[in-house]
Amino acid sequence: MICLGIEGTAHTIGVGIAEDVNEKCKVLANIIKMYQPKEGGIHPREAANHHATFIGDLIIKAIETAKIDKKDIDLIAFSKGPGLGPCLRTAATAARALSLTLNKSIVGVNHCVAHIEIGRGTTGCRDPVLLYVSGANTQTIAFAEGKYRVFGETLDIGIGNMLDKFGRTIGLEFPCGPKIEKLAEKGKKYIDLPYSIKGMDVAFSGLLTAAENIARDKKQRLEDICYSIQETAFAALTEITERAMAHTEKNEVLLGGGVACNKRLREMVKTMAKERGAKFYVPRNNLCVDNGAMIAWNGILMYQSGTKMSIKETTIDQKYRTDMVDVKWR
Amino acid sequence: MAVKKKIIYRGAEAEILLSKYLNYKAIEKRRIEKKYRIKELDHKLRAIRTKEEAKLMIEARKNGVPVPIIYDVDLKNCTITMEYLQGKKLKDILNNVSEKERKKLCKMIGENIAKLHNNNIIHGDITTSNMILFNGKIHFIDFGLGELNSEIEAKGTDLHVLMEAFEATHFKHPKCFQYVLQGYQSKLKDDAKQVIKKIEEIVKRGRYR
Repeated sequence: MICLGIEGTAHTIGVGIAEDVNEKCKVLANIIKMYQPKEGGIHPREAANHHATFIGDLIIKAIETAKIDKKDIDLIAFSKGPGLGPCLRTAATAARALSLTLNKSIVGVNHCVAHIEIGRGTTGCRDPVLLYVSGANTQTIAFAEGKYRVFGETLDIGIGNMLDKFGRTIGLEFPCGPKIEKLAEKGKKYIDLPYSIKGMDVAFSGLLTAAENIARDKKQRLEDICYSIQETAFAALTEITERAMAHTEKNEVLLGGGVACNKRLREMVKTMAKERGAKFYVPRNNLCVDNGAMIAWNGILMYQSGTKMSIKETTIDQKYRTDMVDVKWR
Repeated sequence: MAVKKKIIYRGAEAEILLSKYLNYKAIEKRRIEKKYRIKELDHKLRAIRTKEEAKLMIEARKNGVPVPIIYDVDLKNCTITMEYLQGKKLKDILNNVSEKERKKLCKMIGENIAKLHNNNIIHGDITTSNMILFNGKIHFIDFGLGELNSEIEAKGTDLHVLMEAFEATHFKHPKCFQYVLQGYQSKLKDDAKQVIKKIEEIVKRGRYR
């Protein structure tokens, strides 16, 4: 079965085409385009306009890349949520139009669940704890009795959001994560920052405020501050991942989300896994970030396990939580 | 003098070893070095947590909350030697008892938490994995993320951790947390409504609520 998936929850509009081969995911095409704000963070309406401008071309390009005919597509999938309303609506509208034009079935996918499924579908892990780290989301997720349940999450802001906010304070452009990573590589001195863990949850707002204050004082090297932010925040993320693994008694760990591209975070989680005799998995970078292929792949899983949606049911849900999805395919 | 010690449990941050203290059967909780984090941060976290944990356990016991008796604290090796409780984890019991029994246990949990909070003891990681039923009493363990704090925010967060643990682990029994709050309300000296209101506020602060 071949599915075309459209992702549009936040800054990225993506079209991916996936096929199931022996119960594994084969990515035939995966094209993304990211909205770049002129200043500040994501403006939801501007982002949606950006998505509307490019979605048509991306669909054509994805079909060309996959070397298929549009008649070969069996299913359309789209990101139902969670995310920014205007962006979600744009992606959903494109998916509905495509579904009606091609006369193919359509399913709405939970964006967070898609991140875990693309990992399971392409890396070989079977029953992992997922550390899902992106701009908006920071969660540890694992499967338990029919659902992906959230064991730990941020109590305030997502890790990527924290990095972006700090980055803006020191004059970096969105997305700031990769730039902070570069600066951190040249950091040498560790500056004490708040380390906040509540049970299996984390919180970053205290760390952000402290780091911003230190940066404004201009007494410390920027590289050292970035280094200290990464070391502190990523250690906390690794710790809640390990806590979720101990609690759920699982021995596989999977990374997902845009921040999973960070090399230092990967190294830390990998070391943690090694120390407790667990296996470490991370999808390739273009499947870690927001992308259409993961939506397509999750669409296939849903459709094959019996989920069918009428156009009327293809509404979006800005607050579509991970644990609201009935996981029929496992 | 060297006694052979067997690891009986490996948690996220510590190893639990079977040991002996004088003639008592004991366990050693050893916070092990984590190579994923830098040395400065690693040692700071392990030392602070070991010290806080011992302090808070003694404080809890003084105020009538069942906890293992502390025999020894070794800050250099980040190790606490304490009483061995031959009981069962509440996580493994709670799903397998009658609703009546579950209500009784959950109320006991709530009463224990109220006794801690009456004395401004914040546990920091209240989950059913950190409770042991022994001699008919629920013992609290693992105070490593705890602190002394009188703020309603801290007490609300403390209960919020348990609420989430129930949602993830005991989701088949949705009334558990309500029972806990009943027990909590019955023993808390201050107005429990304020804390309950704070929990609702903390939930709303989260993503997608």
